[in-house]
Amino acid sequence: MEAAVDIVLLSLLCVTVIVIVYIRKLFCAIMLLGIFSLISASLFITMDAVDVAFTEAAVGTGISSILLLSALSLTHTRERRPAHQPYVALMVVAVTGAVLVYGTMDLPAFGDPDSAIHRHMAVRFIVDSPQEVGPPNVVTSVLASYRGYDTLGETTVIFTAGIALVALLGFNRRKEFKVRLSGAQITSVPEVPLSSAPKVPNADYLVLRIVGKMFIPLIMLFALYVQFHGDYGPGGGFQAGVIFASAIMLYAMIFNVETAMRVVTPTALRLLAVLGLLLYGGVGVLCMLLGGNFLDYNVLAHAPLHGQHLGIFLIELGVGITVFAIMVTMFYALGNRSGRSV
Amino acid sequence: MDFDLLDILTALFLTVGCFLGISGGVGLYRLPDFFSRQHATGVTDSACSFLILFALILQSGFTLVSVKLCFIFFFLVITSTTATHALAKSALHKGITPILGREDKR
Repeated sequence: MEAAVDIVLLSLLCVTVIVIVYIRKLFCAIMLLGIFSLISASLFITMDAVDVAFTEAAVGTGISSILLLSALSLTHTRERRPAHQPYVALMVVAVTGAVLVYGTMDLPAFGDPDSAIHRHMAVRFIVDSPQEVGPPNVVTSVLASYRGYDTLGETTVIFTAGIALVALLGFNRRKEFKVRLSGAQITSVPEVPLSSAPKVPNADYLVLRIVGKMFIPLIMLFALYVQFHGDYGPGGGFQAGVIFASAIMLYAMIFNVETAMRVVTPTALRLLAVLGLLLYGGVGVLCMLLGGNFLDYNVLAHAPLHGQHLGIFLIELGVGITVFAIMVTMFYALGNRSGRSV
Repeated sequence: MDFDLLDILTALFLTVGCFLGISGGVGLYRLPDFFSRQHATGVTDSACSFLILFALILQSGFTLVSVKLCFIFFFLVITSTTATHALAKSALHKGITPILGREDKR
């Protein structure tokens, strides 16, 4: 039965990829990318990798679709035909693919119980992690404690990507925006509430605005639940940051990017992004100062398990803050550049 | 042959739900204009998801899982109806009119 589900999902995945390659309408391609992520998430579910599926669904289907759509508003909606047939590229891809397939022949079969990882690493994580690290969710212990250094690298990658995007696109109308922002704060905001301000965007979408207002707090609450429940169930900093960012993006889409910028200013976001990464690195350095290794949480408190708990809590918080800030910054950069509400 | 009443009800709801889901897919593909396609997806969103979630609630009984499924149903009902509404409204805004009301009936 499980094999049948796998076959159906994998063939859907292949069909989606082929259509993405062939289709010229970029809007459709973005939608298909979202579907691709959703199918991958279902595949991860069938492998019982709930945390990964959660991340794939939140990042791939949710945030990246929104970011790509707002990037689409900067470009044409149709992919241009290439000037020449890219045979060289096709050959490079084919050769690389063949080498990779050849490489997988040496790997142990999928789910082989005798493979090295199932005889050494997995046993260590499953049997020893409750005594060594603590959280009932083994994925969190691996991600935050055993592989804390890798997660620091991943967070840095996201941070760097955000900085690069802002450096490329910039907030080119920043000065103009600041003037508008300060002017608006002095004149209209104190006496007139935002929703009844004279130029309300999407004013005739009353239902959308009311439902959006109703759901934004719930989304934020869910993000906090995901953030702090990561020790016990699927969840953690990455997913929580993305969900929290999607609440702000929903606000920006229903109202306006500029209205959202008044709520969460770009400067605050940049500070938050740095703060999150510094929190992560700071915990590591603090561990060194207290006499342990980098990111060795055992020394943070009197008992090693308490130290692990505190360390994981802090670094997950750092990851969440950085991911949230970078995602919203990217959205602002794209939305501000296109000069209208996305 | 001992069948539980709950199992029979679950199977019934799942079957009807799946049928509605497939019919929604067919409708999305075959119906002529934007608004009737919206109707097809609306059936999938509301009736199909309700029936399937209800069947799952019947199977899980009085547990936390049922509460979570109820939450999912609540969110699905509100968000999908809102999305359909917003899509239809922006389609009207763009000047797309339903075929039925048109003179030429293309």
